[in-house]
Amino acid sequence: MKRTLSVLVENKPGVLTRITGLFARRGFNIDSLAVGETENPLFSRVTITVVGHDQPVEQVTKQLHKLINVIKITDLEPAERLERELLLVKVKATADNRAEIMQVAEIFEGRIVDISPETAVIEATGPRRKVEALIELLRSMNVVVELIRTGKIAVRRGPKLT
Amino acid sequence: MKGSYILLEALKQEGVDVVFGYPGGSVIPLYDALYDFDIRHILTRHEQGAAHAADGYARASGKVGVCVATSGPGACNLVTGIANAYLDSVPMVAITGQVRTSLIGTDAFQEADITGITLPIVKHSYLVQKVDDLPRIVREAFYLARTGRPGPVLIDVPVDITVAETEYDPSCPPDMALPGYKPTVKGHPKQIRAAAAALAQAERPVIYAGGGIISAGASQELRDLARFAHIPVTTTLTGIGCFPEDEELSLGMLGMHGTRYANYAVTHCDLVFAVGVRFDDRVTGKLETFAPGAKTIHVDVDPAEISKNVVVDIPIVGDARWVLSAILDELKKHQLAVDRHLPWMAQIAQWKEDHPQVVRQDPGGEIMPEHVVRRLWEITKGEALITTEVGQNQMWAAQYYLARYPRQFITSGGLGTMGFGFPAAIGAKVACPDSLVIDIAGDGSFQMNIQELGTAVAHDIPVKVCILNNCCLGMVRQWQELFWQKRYSQTCFECQPDFVKVAEAYGAEGYRVTGLDDLDEVLRESLSSDGPAVIDVPVKQEANVYPMVPAGGSIHEMLEEEG
Ligand SMILES: Cc1ncc(C[n+]2csc(CCOP(=O)(O)OP(=O)(O)O)c2C)c(N)n1
Repeated sequence: MKRTLSVLVENKPGVLTRITGLFARRGFNIDSLAVGETENPLFSRVTITVVGHDQPVEQVTKQLHKLINVIKITDLEPAERLERELLLVKVKATADNRAEIMQVAEIFEGRIVDISPETAVIEATGPRRKVEALIELLRSMNVVVELIRTGKIAVRRGPKLT
Repeated sequence: MKGSYILLEALKQEGVDVVFGYPGGSVIPLYDALYDFDIRHILTRHEQGAAHAADGYARASGKVGVCVATSGPGACNLVTGIANAYLDSVPMVAITGQVRTSLIGTDAFQEADITGITLPIVKHSYLVQKVDDLPRIVREAFYLARTGRPGPVLIDVPVDITVAETEYDPSCPPDMALPGYKPTVKGHPKQIRAAAAALAQAERPVIYAGGGIISAGASQELRDLARFAHIPVTTTLTGIGCFPEDEELSLGMLGMHGTRYANYAVTHCDLVFAVGVRFDDRVTGKLETFAPGAKTIHVDVDPAEISKNVVVDIPIVGDARWVLSAILDELKKHQLAVDRHLPWMAQIAQWKEDHPQVVRQDPGGEIMPEHVVRRLWEITKGEALITTEVGQNQMWAAQYYLARYPRQFITSGGLGTMGFGFPAAIGAKVACPDSLVIDIAGDGSFQMNIQELGTAVAHDIPVKVCILNNCCLGMVRQWQELFWQKRYSQTCFECQPDFVKVAEAYGAEGYRVTGLDDLDEVLRESLSSDGPAVIDVPVKQEANVYPMVPAGGSIHEMLEEEG
């Protein structure tokens, strides 16, 4: 099962290494990881998605808690979270298929942010499902040249803090 | 004030009066400042010795042990000692020199990324970036090392920091900034009540006690509870001494080389009360058959240990001392019939009678290693502070030196580090100068840190090393004999030093036992002398440690000596 862990950490050098090292050491593959400063510059937010069963994920979460620089960990359930991922994808877009590419981008509420005689870059954002649907479609059209994703970030819905 | 002075002053603030270390380029300023401080520095002969000595000091005293090394190779030489302290949850602060800040990351001379190298084996670590941070970092490091689940903390100090100047007032302690660190001390009241109820109802209870009890200073609370509720106690290797092993309720050690009665008791009990333990594979053997019919209560200060290997019924996160006394208070509210588990106690007594830990004698007249340990125990009236090396010597020491006190038996449990026992004995003797400190050693292990004879002699630290000399790497040899068709690949020494001469060359005393006839006399003489001493005792090479549970086997299925 895929889990979304939102980890509040001290914004200090080496903290990310401690976190990723711990996952590797305990045999976990990090599916995606996004990190950035929070409303308080002393803290950063790391959003990690991992695949694993309840028991091992619980164990790695407890181990994460033991890192001195980790302040809080929230395992966000799908229903309670709002999630986004940003995608930049460079596709083959010549005179022949440019219109089609633009149409696909539009359906997914994406934007063309760069264009050249042979390529275009689509920017798209949304929940993971949506981003992945776009990727799948572009792949089936055989036009993907380069694909770059930020990894997921998530926030808790409603007034309660993440 | 200069950084080096601030560092040492901050150590003084933490109550440090002894450090174990080894100098080098990047710590010269620190060593220079030592002249102006009332801190005893024990110069070891290898940084690994310094780390193990700090570890032994910490285990013997309950205080934080401190070791110091220079950058690069010096820091790398601490690594085994840090890992050792990490796996046995020993409070330690390791201070390493580092190349100057502007050179970090350039592969400068004697630069090693020691915070990176030690990441998986420290509780926490610091690379000091500003001299102003030093007082706070030192305070935090000691606080982290000794609170919660104790462990090693590394402070890496670039040399320019130690010569930089800043204002420092030792009389006002710096604020700590540890927003993410809040160890739990008090157990949950509901769980405490549940545990007490389970203990009161159990018909076949066993206490499985570990090193956590010793580090929490909870031995008295454990004794009170076990005696009050009349529950037998088995301990792990690192828990030895938390309950008097010569008391009737004691089952001795459990696990791979545990007593038969301890392993039987755990297998047949209906309640395991686990305190300060981590269900290590050397203890549990095959998990499916470990205490199969029992309910489990698990008390630990580290939430990550709860349900890590074994899913437990009543988890309690908290300090063992606090939790044990709370459970005892609660237990006193229950009506405990004195005879409520008489059949169980009778069964245990029967197992003890049927399967005692015997001291074997060799028909051929060679000295059996456990006989040496038992004689040491008798001659020292069970009052010596014992450290061990790793291998068979360690197991015989654990089985036959019946410890009575916490911190009396010091051994490398989690990492199983050969070469630990001798420097640890030095550290323990520094902590407890009035105790007779004996390292029960193997000839292989002793040679891993034999150079520390220089330390013992130079600093007049009169520890005794008793080598159970089987002229081989006995424990590995035992596995080869039992599980690898006696193919003794690389485990028998074809050449050995004359340990008596080595000791003498260092200025220590060397003694050699020649046979059973002079064993007692030589032990008595060597133990009562004033100086550091090495006692070389030739023992039967083929002697194996029994009982033995093969790795991954069920702990009630133990191998025994054939014939
Ligand atoms: C540093 C280190 N290297 C290797 C081992 C693997 N090992 C475990 S026990 C053992 C043999 C120890 O021999 P010795 O010290 O002579 O003790 P004995 O078992 O003979 O009592 C070895 C090599 C270890 N535990 N530690």
